[in-house]
Amino acid sequence: MKFKLKVWRQKDPKTKGKLVQYEASDVSPNTSFLEMLDAVNERLILKGEEPIAFDSDCREGICGTCSLTINGEAHGPDHPGAACEVYMRRFKDDATIVVEPFRAKPFPLIKDLVVDRSALDRIVQAGGFVAARAGSAPEANSTLIPKQNADRAMEAAACIGCGACAAACPNASAMLFTAAKVSHLAFLPQGQPERTRRVLKMVSAMDAEGFGNCTNTYECEAVCPADISASLIAKLNREYAVASLRRNADE
Amino acid sequence: MIVAVTGVVLIAFVVGHLLGNLQIFLGPDWVNSYAEHLRELGPLLWIIRAFLLVNVLVHIFFTISLAIENRRARPVRYKKRDHVKATFASRSMALSGLILLAFILYHLAHFTVRVTDPRFLLLKADPLNRYDVYSMMVYGFQNPFVSGFYIVGMFLLALHLSHGTSSFFQSLGLNDEKLAPRLVTAGRLFAWLIFVGYTSIPVAVLLHLVKPAQQL
Amino acid sequence: MIGSLDSRIPAGPLADKWTNHKDHARLVAPNNRRKFEIIVVGSGLAGGAAAATLGELGYNVKCFCYQDSPRRAHSIAAQGGINAAKNYQNDGDSVFRLFYDTIKGGDFRAREANVYRLAEVSNLIIDQCVEQGVPFAREYGGLLANRSFGGAQVSRTFYARGQTGQQLLLGAYQALCRQIAAGTVEMFPQTEMLDLVLVEGHAKGIITRNLVTGKIEAHSGDAVVLATGGYGNVFYLSTNARGCNVTATYRAYKKGALFANPCYTQIHPTCIPVTGQNQSKLTLMSESLRNDGRVWVPKKPGDKRAPAQIPEADRDYYLERKYPSFGNLAPRDISSRSAKEVCDEGRGVGESGRGVYLDFADAIARLGETTIRERYGNLFHIYEKITGENAYERPMRIYPAVHYTMGGLWVDYNLMSNVPGLHVIGEANFSDHGANRLGASALMQGLADGYFVLPYTLPAYLAGQIGKRPPTDHPEFSKAQSEVEARTKKLLSINGKRSVDSFHKELGLLLWDKCGMARNAAGLREALGRIPELREEFWSDVRVPGEDEEFNQSLERAGRVADFLEFAELMCTDALTRDESCGGHFREEHQTPDGEALRDDENFTDVFAWEYQGNGSAAAPKLHREPLIFETVQLTQRSYK
Ligand SMILES: Cc1cc2nc3c(=O)[nH]c(=O)nc-3n(C[C@H](O)[C@H](O)[C@H](O)COP(=O)(O)OP(=O)(O)OC[C@H]3O[C@@H](n4cnc5c(N)ncnc54)[C@H](O)[C@@H]3O)c2cc1C
Ligand code: HEM
Ligand code: HEM
Ligand code: SF4
Ligand code: F3S
Ligand code: FES
Repeated sequence: MKFKLKVWRQKDPKTKGKLVQYEASDVSPNTSFLEMLDAVNERLILKGEEPIAFDSDCREGICGTCSLTINGEAHGPDHPGAACEVYMRRFKDDATIVVEPFRAKPFPLIKDLVVDRSALDRIVQAGGFVAARAGSAPEANSTLIPKQNADRAMEAAACIGCGACAAACPNASAMLFTAAKVSHLAFLPQGQPERTRRVLKMVSAMDAEGFGNCTNTYECEAVCPADISASLIAKLNREYAVASLRRNADE
Repeated sequence: MIVAVTGVVLIAFVVGHLLGNLQIFLGPDWVNSYAEHLRELGPLLWIIRAFLLVNVLVHIFFTISLAIENRRARPVRYKKRDHVKATFASRSMALSGLILLAFILYHLAHFTVRVTDPRFLLLKADPLNRYDVYSMMVYGFQNPFVSGFYIVGMFLLALHLSHGTSSFFQSLGLNDEKLAPRLVTAGRLFAWLIFVGYTSIPVAVLLHLVKPAQQL
Repeated sequence: MIGSLDSRIPAGPLADKWTNHKDHARLVAPNNRRKFEIIVVGSGLAGGAAAATLGELGYNVKCFCYQDSPRRAHSIAAQGGINAAKNYQNDGDSVFRLFYDTIKGGDFRAREANVYRLAEVSNLIIDQCVEQGVPFAREYGGLLANRSFGGAQVSRTFYARGQTGQQLLLGAYQALCRQIAAGTVEMFPQTEMLDLVLVEGHAKGIITRNLVTGKIEAHSGDAVVLATGGYGNVFYLSTNARGCNVTATYRAYKKGALFANPCYTQIHPTCIPVTGQNQSKLTLMSESLRNDGRVWVPKKPGDKRAPAQIPEADRDYYLERKYPSFGNLAPRDISSRSAKEVCDEGRGVGESGRGVYLDFADAIARLGETTIRERYGNLFHIYEKITGENAYERPMRIYPAVHYTMGGLWVDYNLMSNVPGLHVIGEANFSDHGANRLGASALMQGLADGYFVLPYTLPAYLAGQIGKRPPTDHPEFSKAQSEVEARTKKLLSINGKRSVDSFHKELGLLLWDKCGMARNAAGLREALGRIPELREEFWSDVRVPGEDEEFNQSLERAGRVADFLEFAELMCTDALTRDESCGGHFREEHQTPDGEALRDDENFTDVFAWEYQGNGSAAAPKLHREPLIFETVQLTQRSYK
């Protein structure tokens, strides 16, 4: 197979970027999208040109490092799944493929297709944890957790922190990411003591990072590689409303 | 959250207003007495109007400022953009809302302040000495351009509500995984029912199914 | 330089060693803790847990990782589960049994005392993780669920769907985030450690490169903790993440830390086979598939018929044939080697001829497709995504792949290397798995080290070190820093004709061939001849585009591959010197008549710890041996017939 690629190239945050066209030829349909880019890069290096910078690590859809917008869809056409799980057989031979970085203000560009997503870390730092010091935990089976609660917590906790939700959201909102973490801990008894604080702090950290607001367009849910449901956003809204009332009542 | 609450109020108004207007099919007496009743409310009417006005203003203020924030949240746009799930309606809420605003302003000028159509001043009171709202509507809609604009307005309303109706459940946290798809369908159904309901009036007038109660 | 290796194993009965050790360990008073700066390199299960816990205790911690977030460390990819001796199933498990299984699984090449401690703290880990909000699988009644894993006779594995590593790591990451917010931990993501700094023989700092800006920086601390994971990527293709490297541990080795048992690598039998030239990594398919799938290849070499066209009579269910009682569930190393054998005979399947079938047709006929879908639906889905084939209709193709490395820097009972102040935890050290790791034990070890061992043993070193942290303008720092800078400049200036990846691929193939699932003296010697040549070529013909003071992924990789090219030699040297078979190290010269690994307990019941003497064969590394003393268990030969 062969393809025409239009790839976003930008040397650094200060330089202006543009789409540059490359050819990828002799591509086996069983090659992954990232391996196709690897091959393009090998050729660039041998020609003495700068290879395309793009992020990846695990290459099996779990670490959340890869972050490409392929033909205008975060993580490309194969949902649910991360960009590293897209295979070339998904494309028509001779197709033109546009590759851009994840775009959102809180994800400043580093180079080409690589962006800085530390904003997501800061949202978790604001409260996305249980304050359980090592050594302080009671015996694990002393708190029973009904299976369905554990399952729902697991579904929410499956978020891989890739940021595709914000990249795809028409408003660049990180609600799905935040909702996933807030819900994960809210479903569990261990998450209860800090429940009110957590949601208030995480939401205000999210807003402070400059993410947009959710207008319920559900694009995030459609591109999420971890299949996080947008109904968790409703849960986040609920948690937030209750927490705001509680806080006011406390004051 | 505020958008959602104000949105709900607006939806409630739209429904009530539709029911009121549909009385046109029951004849002049119904509509006119309905309008009269409204007027008889006196100060209460003004309170309701003020409430609605504030509501609309708040809704607009917040939606516009959110929309501005949202645009700022993506300073560099995608060159190529594809949407998997986000519907056209959901992505164009601000646009449909703004055109809706234009419609409402025109509509108020048209039917409430009655400045757009000099003929309305010529309308006599109906036999029970009420203002003949019925005939006003009919005359208003006999002009195909006016009707056309109304229909366009209603279309945008429906578009706005086809997303807005299910959306406010989500914003208020009244949604869950099982409910979500049903709400989306119900929301769309509701919106297009509203569309059919409202447009039936100008359409009926244009087709001469409803005739004025008095001649000018 | 190095005298005898003192493993500092406490005296007393096995079961009391850890308790006694803790009871008498030195402490650092709370008001003194904040006077210490601890450098933790790595944010995986081991590093993340250690950094968070030390932060909770009040130390100042600096934590480094090369990914853009600590949550992306490679621990995230572990699927199967984590062991603990809770005995929740009442099936006869105990701390002793977990200890024994781990020692035996490691083919009697690990320290009794370390492994016993691991089994002992395993239970605390589960308590801790549950309290952090790790959503382990549960029964309907709300109790924690367990499964049996990797052929264990008890159900002691805790799991969170197929994402146990992810959930445990997120637990540690969240604890780390809390400390970052509290200001006790300072996080340096996208920062790669490129050298260790010794001051008066003690590990007192590191040199790093900021991967975004390219700046080379010095960081000083009172102690250095390496938690940098395994070196499986020396094979180029492995189930490890692309960035996994040996750089941190290898640079420490070059500064005098001993590297122990580098030849112990684990090959996982059920991975998706290589498909083409461009393949960049291998994906693991959970071993649980072997519970219902049957492994076979055609009887005739070169049989290219589609699997459905091959009649029963022309198929060889070789695992069932050779190991009638364990069949398709034979241990990892045995089934891996058998797959290699049949492929070497030309009977492999798929385009490359490097693959065997894992067939579910019988299971589907017996249990129905629905049941199979329930059990393995997500794995079949992943398989289809990668290969484009539907495993409900045609058998899966699988092949072994490099998965885990048991070797690592040598450490004593306190997890400190022979270099004072340098502590090594997680997969980066050599300590607990001997020559072969049991399934679901790596996660356990990483968290044990990070949450419950290092925080107790680090004070033993720190207590005497108040006020001894050197400033970063100490000459040792500037020396190390300029060495790193020179090396970086050198890599960029060669400007040859080959890419970094082409060298890495070549090295990987060579090792896979000569130092992979099965090794022999001739092959290892060949590799030892070829590696220095390849290294030579690398340093004269590699092309690394771009500049040093910028985001430059080619440069990052070049540095890692340069280290792999040196480390590979150490690995082959170790494999050649260990003239026996044990666990994951299979020397073809040493096997039982039915092809089982044959240990030589008389000559090799010890740890091989290598000391750096200078590059290449001119100065071969020096071998130190730490004898392994078994007071409690009896050495036996494994048999899976
Ligand atoms: C696919 C797969 C499945 C597995 N499944 C299981 C399982 O089911 N059960 C089980 O028990 N084990 C399993 N394992 C093994 C287990 O996951 C690992 O051994 C374990 O997670 C290693 O943890 P760690 O903290 O030591 O290292 P890692 O998690 O690899 O972390 C290494 C850290 O060091 C950092 N680092 C590395 N080099 C540098 C450098 N030079 N400079 C700065 N930072 C650096 C990295 O950024 C990272 O933060 C599996 C492994 C793989 C690959
Ligand atoms: C006049 C100008 C208007 C503008 C600019 C406007 C804009 C918007 C926007 C941008 C949203 C999406 C915000 C969000 O979901 O968070 C929205 C939501 C909504 N709007 Fe409007 N709108 C207008 C008028 C109206 C009118 C007249 C109605 C009712 C008849 C209405 C009903 C709703 C409802 C129900 C929602 C959904 C609320 C939610 O999801 O939280 N809007 N509007
Ligand atoms: C076919 C469609 C419609 C018809 C026939 C219609 C008719 C009327 C009439 C006759 C009045 C004047 C009532 C009176 O003065 O007693 C009126 C007022 C009004 N209409 Fe409509 N309307 C329509 C659609 C809409 C829509 C879609 C909206 C808003 C989303 C709207 C908002 C209003 C408002 C705000 C008033 C002023 C109410 C008041 O005086 O308090 N109308 N309408
Ligand atoms: S919610 Fe989904 S899309 Fe968003 S960060 Fe998590 S995994 Fe990625
Ligand atoms: S796409 Fe954006 S608008 Fe809300 S539902 Fe998802 S965050
Ligand atoms: S590279 Fe890890 S999720 Fe894609």
